[in-house]
Amino acid sequence: MTFEPRIVGFLCNWCSYTGADLAGTSRINYQPNVRIIRVMCSARIDPTFVMKALAEGADGVLVCGCHPGDCHYTEGNYKAMRRYPLLKRLLSDYGIEEERFRLEWVSASEGKRFADIVDDMTERLRELGPSRVKAALATDAAER
Amino acid sequence: MRLRGDAVTAPKLQVALYWGAACGGCDVAVLDTNEFILDVAAAADIRLWPIAVDGKYHDVEAMADGELDLTIFNGAVRNSENEHIAKLLRQKSKLMVAFGSCAHLGGIPGLANLASRDEIMEAAYLHNPSIEPGNTTIPHPETAFNGSPLTIPQFYKRVYKLDDVIDVDYYLPGCPPAADQVKAVLTAVVAGELPPKGSVVGASERAVCDDCERTKHEKKVKRFYRPWQIMADPDSCLLEQGILCAGPATRSGCGVRCPSSGIPCRGCYGPLPNVRDQGAKLLSAVVSIIDSKDPEEIEQIVDGLPDFTSFAYRFSLPSSLLQRSVRP
Repeated sequence: MTFEPRIVGFLCNWCSYTGADLAGTSRINYQPNVRIIRVMCSARIDPTFVMKALAEGADGVLVCGCHPGDCHYTEGNYKAMRRYPLLKRLLSDYGIEEERFRLEWVSASEGKRFADIVDDMTERLRELGPSRVKAALATDAAER
Repeated sequence: MRLRGDAVTAPKLQVALYWGAACGGCDVAVLDTNEFILDVAAAADIRLWPIAVDGKYHDVEAMADGELDLTIFNGAVRNSENEHIAKLLRQKSKLMVAFGSCAHLGGIPGLANLASRDEIMEAAYLHNPSIEPGNTTIPHPETAFNGSPLTIPQFYKRVYKLDDVIDVDYYLPGCPPAADQVKAVLTAVVAGELPPKGSVVGASERAVCDDCERTKHEKKVKRFYRPWQIMADPDSCLLEQGILCAGPATRSGCGVRCPSSGIPCRGCYGPLPNVRDQGAKLLSAVVSIIDSKDPEEIEQIVDGLPDFTSFAYRFSLPSSLLQRSVRP
C-alpha cells in the first residue's frame, strides 16, 4: 500500500478558506490529503497548534492566510509571517523536516493556487515518507 | 515561622529527600532555608538524603508502604537508577513532591533530548577535547570482569520528567526553588494545609513580567542582542532592548530575582497555568516584537537568535509537546 500523507491545513476564514471553497465549487481536482480546519485569521495559529498536530500524527501542517496587505484584520497575517521562520527552525531542531510545515498566502479568488499548493505539498510528503514523531513518543512510553 | 512548637509530643514527620539527574543545587536550596532547616530536623526524621544524611537504599526497601510522610524529589529521570528509586520512594511515601525544574519539567538535563544517546556517549567519552586521544571505552550497563558481571544503571535514550514515571502529588518549580517558597511549602505540609493534588505550589499564577519592576513601553525591535553585546538600560524592559527574556511565558513566584539583577529571565518556573508548552508561547511572544513586514528582513532578524530552541525550552524540553528530537 502506498503511503498517503495526512496534512492538517489551518485556513483563515476570509481569504484562504474561501479560496479552498472556490477550488471545490470550481470542481478543481486536487489531492484529498489535507484536513482543513477553519480559523478566523492566520494569526490565530499558535505554534502550539502546529506542534500538537505533529505530535498527534500529522505528516505535515499547512497554514494559509490572506496575502500581505490584504488581511481582514489589517495586520494578522504579518503576525503569522513573523512566527514562521523561527518556528521552522525550532521544528528542525526536533528533527522535523522543513517540508512538513508550510505557510502560504491564498486569496479568496485563488482556488487553483490552493489546489496546486496541496498537490505539491502532498507529493513532497509522499516522497519524504511518514512523520516519525507520534511513533517515537509512543516508543518512549514503553522502551527506555 | 517556627515549626518546633508541639513537635515534642506530635509524632515526627518521616521525610526523604532524593536527587535524580540533578546538579545538587536543589539540595543546596533546601539548606538555603538556613536555620529553618534545624526546625525541620526537629519536627521531622530525615530518613534518606544522599547529599547530607547517611541513609541507604536498603533502609528504604525495608520500610512499610506509606511509612514516609513526604518525599522531596529533585532531578530528572535519566537512567534506570533514577526511575527505580523514584518508584521505590513513591511506594513508601504518602506525598511525593517534584522539587525544582528538573523533576517538574525535565530541566537542564532535558536539553539532551535534542541529541541521541549515541551522540551523547560519543561526545562525552570519545570526542571530547578533555578525553585522552584514542580512548574507545564507553560505559555499558553490564561488563564482564574476571568472569563475573559488573553492572551500572542503564543510561536511557532520553530524559523524562518525574511524572512520566510515577504519580506526583505536588510540583515546586524553580532552578532552584526560592528559599522562602521552600519554607512556605514545608510549613504547609507540617500544618497539613495542602492544596488539591497536582497543584504547582510555591509559585504564583501570574507571569514574571507582571511582577517585574522594569518599565514597559511598546516593544518593537530591529535586531536581537546577546546579553554581552549591549549595555542594557537598568530600568527598562530587557525584551524592548532586544535582549531575549523568558518573562512573558514564565510563571512568577521567584521574586523576579534575575531581571532585578540585570539578567534576563530564563524560564525556570515553567509555563503559566493552563499553558501546555512554554517554548511555543515564548516563541509567539518574542517574534511579536519584530518590527518588520518583510519576510527577508524577518529572517535576518531571526538569525540574531542562535539556538532559540534551547533558550525557549531551557528547563522544559521533556515536557514540551514534541518532547525530544526524532532524528535517528
